[in-house]
Amino acid sequence: MGITQILFWFLSIVAIFSALMVISSKNPVHSVLWLILTFFSISGHYILLNAQFLAIVNIIVYAGAIMVLFLFVIMLMNLNKETEPQKHKWLRIAGAVAGGCLLLVLVAALKDTDIKHQQALVNTGGIGLIKNLGKELFTTYVVPFEISSILFLSAMVGAVVIGKKE
Amino acid sequence: MPINYYIFLSLALFCIGIVGVLTRRNAIIIFMCIELMLNAVNLLLVAFSKMHHNAALLAGDATTIAGTDGQLFVFFIMVVAAAEVSVGLAIIVMMYRNIHSVDVNFLNRLKH
Amino acid sequence: MQNVLQIVYLIPLLPLIGFLINGLGRKHLSKSMISAVGCGSILISFALSIWVFLQVKGGNVHTAHYFDFISVGKLKIPFEFKIDQLSSLFLLIITGIGFLIHLYSTSYMKEEKSEHFGRYFSYLNLFIFSMLLLVMGGNFVVMFIGWEGVGLCSYLLIGFWFKKHEYNKAASKAFIMNRIGDLAFLIAIFWLIAKLSTVSFDEVFTAANIAKLSSLDITVITILLFVGATGKSAQIPLYTWLPDAMAGPTPVSALIHAATMVTAGIYMIARSNILYSLSVIHAMGGEQDIRNMGGLSKKLKITFITFLIGCIAIAGIPPFSGFFSKDAILLSAFIKNPVLYGVALFAALLTAFYMFRLLFITFSGKFRGTHDQEHHLHESPPAMTIPLIVLAILAIIGGFVGIPEVFMHGGDKLGEFLSPVITEQEHHVSHATEYMLMGLSTGLVIAMIIFAWFKFRNYQRSEATGFGKVLENKWYVDEIYDAAIVKPIKKAGTFFSQVFDNKVIDGMVNGVGRLMQYSSRQLRLVQSGQVGNYVLLMVISMVLIFVIQFFLRK
Repeated sequence: MGITQILFWFLSIVAIFSALMVISSKNPVHSVLWLILTFFSISGHYILLNAQFLAIVNIIVYAGAIMVLFLFVIMLMNLNKETEPQKHKWLRIAGAVAGGCLLLVLVAALKDTDIKHQQALVNTGGIGLIKNLGKELFTTYVVPFEISSILFLSAMVGAVVIGKKE
Repeated sequence: MPINYYIFLSLALFCIGIVGVLTRRNAIIIFMCIELMLNAVNLLLVAFSKMHHNAALLAGDATTIAGTDGQLFVFFIMVVAAAEVSVGLAIIVMMYRNIHSVDVNFLNRLKH
Repeated sequence: MQNVLQIVYLIPLLPLIGFLINGLGRKHLSKSMISAVGCGSILISFALSIWVFLQVKGGNVHTAHYFDFISVGKLKIPFEFKIDQLSSLFLLIITGIGFLIHLYSTSYMKEEKSEHFGRYFSYLNLFIFSMLLLVMGGNFVVMFIGWEGVGLCSYLLIGFWFKKHEYNKAASKAFIMNRIGDLAFLIAIFWLIAKLSTVSFDEVFTAANIAKLSSLDITVITILLFVGATGKSAQIPLYTWLPDAMAGPTPVSALIHAATMVTAGIYMIARSNILYSLSVIHAMGGEQDIRNMGGLSKKLKITFITFLIGCIAIAGIPPFSGFFSKDAILLSAFIKNPVLYGVALFAALLTAFYMFRLLFITFSGKFRGTHDQEHHLHESPPAMTIPLIVLAILAIIGGFVGIPEVFMHGGDKLGEFLSPVITEQEHHVSHATEYMLMGLSTGLVIAMIIFAWFKFRNYQRSEATGFGKVLENKWYVDEIYDAAIVKPIKKAGTFFSQVFDNKVIDGMVNGVGRLMQYSSRQLRLVQSGQVGNYVLLMVISMVLIFVIQFFLRK
């Protein structure tokens, strides 16, 4: 088992464990912190897949901007206590069973796909580098890129309008 | 790495996100779980993009850029997710301001 | 060139027109007008029937095809009339006797209001129309139309005085009893359609088609047809409606039901005789007619002679008509089976006894009515007596057309005439035996008459006892039916109406409503407004969709 495999399994275990901790910790602040860890491990996977641009963006946008926003909101509302009312026990079990069933069904359905012998190229390959992605983004995908900037603008306006005290 | 591993890892993360949505009442946690699900999808998209790239290299095209669009999709998903989070958190803040709670069980006005 | 017999449709058409005129115009036409229409249409039909009879006698047998009545797939049921020896004979009987009935009724019903008078005659005309349709029909379906029409008219006529409740009940009884037979007839028709996909007499009775039927088919069809005939002819076990049918106006009860309707069953059996191949039948046909002629007579007050003749005819004393027909039956029965002969003989003796009992009770002994009634007794008007006398004469000479060979070689004209239609078995009995049998039956009948004479000469009304009581109550068959069929059905009906209907049917109907209410109330809970629940349901649905998509669709 080479260093790549070891890294893969390590990152996977960290991602899954921290994801489980996100949904199981009582304190919302802890959840946010576990989620940041999850995003970091996912970013590690991106680096493993030689998608450096996405790894950096993931950390900056998600772990940095978005999760900080979450953290701000939680602290603003003073929710950093274990005050969250619990759902009914049976409803929680039903939810867990339903999610588990979905996982089982999807795994069973996808375990024999045609592509299961294909490999994802790790460590090498230049498509994930900024040079390639930027070229593609500003030539082929320039219109969606500009539209997404309009989306951002409108989202910003919307957030301000909603968040404004009347 | 075999693509299967990435598929199952993404599935696991996605389903954990679903279970979180189903079992929690805190709107912010639910929102975070949705972000988790989005990230699971992103991971899978990147893995597929590298898989296609690998297949194109194996076919003998050394200068191929196959699989680039997959990563660009991830980029756009992040853009949309960021916009979504800004609006969603604004809504949660407003909701907290009105009912002094982020418990989604209070959000049952649809019934009436 | 069309066969001249193509115009036979006029024979049933005229009574139908008479029915329409009398039925629709009963409130406006005068009684004499109604009588003229009613009797006239039948008289013309009778004249046509004589012409048809002569044509047939001259060898002109014809199946008149008019139009396709039902045409479904390969099955074609034409509306057709079949004129041959058998149907022409019955045409004569029906139109002839029908005319006499009409004539008699003009006098009998003259007390009725003009409106009811018209109604009565329209019923009678419809009855004759149905009977004609029945005997002229070229296939089982047309026959069935007439068959049903007869049943309907019988119902209408028995319940003619509909203001009396018991008459209505009698009418219903006759109707329902007839339905049993009709159902059997109908099933037989369906059976034939299923097996042969034709109902035309001409096609059913070909050797090729008969060969197609298995012996089981033939047995079932014949039994079903026979049940139909018993219903219509008021034979055991479906006969109990007949005595009740006397509720109707007398000419109806005595004549129509006896004379024509009863023959309908016999006609049907005779028509299908290839299936039966029993020689008894044609003789039976004759016997029934004559009995019915006698049956008419018995209702008359003063015309003792015609009455007596009727009785004698029915009792079977030579040389009156009943003798020969009865003898023919007895002989056939004897050939078949001596036990059958014994039963038939016993029945004949009972008939004789019954008729003479009636005769003596009516005409001898003291008058048992009130003085007032005695005062009103008078000789019937000519319109009533003439038909009776005609019938009496027919009763006397009627038998001679069927004289057995033993008396006169080639004397059996009736049998000879019908031989193209009816396949008869050969009699293989020595003349000595035949004489002996005749002597035996005649002697016994005379003995019975004398017995009746002594018993009822000085008859006073008293409670019947023992066997007499059994007879008076129609052998208690009504009671047996009542106990065996009516009461259980009534009980079942009560059960169904009170328990089954209330609990099961109502329960089902209300239950559907309640289930809807309940399930909607429960389903309403799904719409809790709680986002979590919606998402849960969404996930479950996704799981189901994936299961179906990936695992079940293979």
